[in-house]
Amino acid sequence: MMASPAVRMFWRLEGLFCVYKPPGVHWKLVRDNIETTLLKGLNAAPSGPLPKEVRFLPDPESDTGATKGLTLSAASVPVLSKHPLVTGPEFQHIKVGVGHRLDAFSSGVLVLAVGNSNKILNNFCRTRVTRDYTLEGEFGTATDDFSYRGKVVERSTYGHVTQDNLDRVLAMLQGANQKALLMYSNVDMRSQEAYEMAAQGLLGPEGKSEPVLTGLRCVHFQPPNFTLEVQCLNETQKYLRKVVHEIGLELRSTAVCKGVRRTRDGPFTLQDALTRNHWTASDVMQAIRKYHSSKKTKKYSHTKTVDAAPEENTMTDSQQNETCDETAVGVIK
Amino acid sequence: MFCYSDFTAKHLATEAKEDKDIEELSRAVDVAYKSPLMPIRDAVPVTESQISLDLDAATEFSALEEISDEEAVRIFVPSAMPPASLSLRDYVDQSETLSKLVQLGVNLWKLEQRPNVGSMLLRLNFNTDVAPRLLFLKEIGVDDSHFGNIITRNPFILTESLENLQARVNYLKSKKFSSETVASMVSRAPYLLNFSVKRLDNRLGFFQQQLNLSASNLRNIVARLPRLLCGSLEPIKENLKVCEIEFGFKENEIQHIVLSVPKVLAANKRKLTQIFDLLHNTMEVPHHLIVKFPQVLNSKYLRIRERHLFLEYLGKAQYDPNLPNYISLDRLVSLPDEAFCTELALATLEDFHLFQKTL
Repeated sequence: MMASPAVRMFWRLEGLFCVYKPPGVHWKLVRDNIETTLLKGLNAAPSGPLPKEVRFLPDPESDTGATKGLTLSAASVPVLSKHPLVTGPEFQHIKVGVGHRLDAFSSGVLVLAVGNSNKILNNFCRTRVTRDYTLEGEFGTATDDFSYRGKVVERSTYGHVTQDNLDRVLAMLQGANQKALLMYSNVDMRSQEAYEMAAQGLLGPEGKSEPVLTGLRCVHFQPPNFTLEVQCLNETQKYLRKVVHEIGLELRSTAVCKGVRRTRDGPFTLQDALTRNHWTASDVMQAIRKYHSSKKTKKYSHTKTVDAAPEENTMTDSQQNETCDETAVGVIK
Repeated sequence: MFCYSDFTAKHLATEAKEDKDIEELSRAVDVAYKSPLMPIRDAVPVTESQISLDLDAATEFSALEEISDEEAVRIFVPSAMPPASLSLRDYVDQSETLSKLVQLGVNLWKLEQRPNVGSMLLRLNFNTDVAPRLLFLKEIGVDDSHFGNIITRNPFILTESLENLQARVNYLKSKKFSSETVASMVSRAPYLLNFSVKRLDNRLGFFQQQLNLSASNLRNIVARLPRLLCGSLEPIKENLKVCEIEFGFKENEIQHIVLSVPKVLAANKRKLTQIFDLLHNTMEVPHHLIVKFPQVLNSKYLRIRERHLFLEYLGKAQYDPNLPNYISLDRLVSLPDEAFCTELALATLEDFHLFQKTL
């Protein structure tokens, strides 16, 4: 039995793809929007002709109505119970799964999967992939929820803050996080095993743990504004805003977070993310095709961590194949 | 499929009030149609054990045995229709009403989700219930192709009495709505004719009083957005209050906005406030400019925000008509993405997409 064109289009939607979530929008709305547009694309595929069945209909001339007097003639009539207006559209609901979530305040790369690829998405979420963020901060204020929309709790001066101070604080934070990383990896630091794992970049927490920043540096400093670039594991966006707040405190000033933007989630970068006007079925299919072909070219192993420590200038295979443009701030110069 | 017992047919006779002819015809049809498939006896479940046990019985009544016409008619075959079902598709083929409705383009699947509508449609008789109302709609000028849409959105138009429908149309005509306008209003707001004359009168009076409009302006607005007469008045009152108090528009400004974009009355209050906040506080557009281009209040918040930030990044966000390099608000929201990029922002579409990913 031939599958209808809608079902064949659904098979082509198997795979992971990422979209760019705009700030101020709940991730559920994004997911629902994608589901609606995909359903529209799937149900727009033309359905085949209605199946016909042979029925005996009365001849138009006979009008007596008596059973015995009716003359019946065979006619092939379409079966209306299979008409799309009666059965409904072929696809009424598809499961669209979301990878690592983004809260409403943040924006950035959000990985999604359709239908059967949700299993792949589950595996992806459980692997130890790092994520890249860009944090915009501003000195001078402190709020209760660490973002510029919250209630102001404290104000302070920031004239004494220099780039040097900031870099020193960041280095200290990074050191603390490295220690946490080593601690969570549950390996005796004095063993050969630890050395080998560190050489391969396999050190890190398995499963859920506290958020760990594997990389942290300042890319732009113009008081009162500054921009940080972070690579992290197991984070939440609120934790990242808290990091900005704590940096302000360490510098004996205050800081508030103006924006959290995820630029990379595992192998998915800003370049692959689909913007709002590209959330149609055909664009999604193209993105999934690109994902499948890129999976074939790179050596993508699920056990290896896919990240690059900021102090080294090495890029793993996965990132080598992604050409970074000026907006993907994860560029290692 | 084969497990209907005798009493189901009796249920059918009482429940589905269809034409006697059709019921008998379907029974006769089933006789003729089903005979090649299975030995016709009382319809008992043909389970495997029974087949093996009844092998002797089966040889008695072979399907190819010739029987007289009287005996053929006396053989009882239950119809394929179940006595109760969650979906109308079990009844569509046998019901003349439902088949004709599907041929008109009515979306039965959507209607059967609503409670009780499916049973109501089944009970209708096409010739006495549906056809006169369709003819009535045709008389007032509604196009045939709209019938499906109208019935899908308002199936209760088929149960409203013809005198009431005629009275309401007469009332609208007495308020000097032309017949084409009435026809277009009914096609676009199918619930219109289900409301009593008194309610329609109340609504029109409310709009005339609140907005201080002349009769012809009121007709204009109602003709363009007929669902204003159908929904509840509370959200509209709230929107008007918001425009007056929160936004600070004067009465003549509100009149002008509503005349050009009646949808503002029925818009979501929270979204309207969000857009106005963006326009007035972030983009610093003064009141008189918003009144001059009221369609910005109707567009999407994210669209305005992204385009404004792009123009700001390029240094072109200038909305004051007195200064050079002025960007008009209506072009800002109405142009499609490509035209916006090339004409207003003087950049490429790719640049705009890259910029969108930096927000």
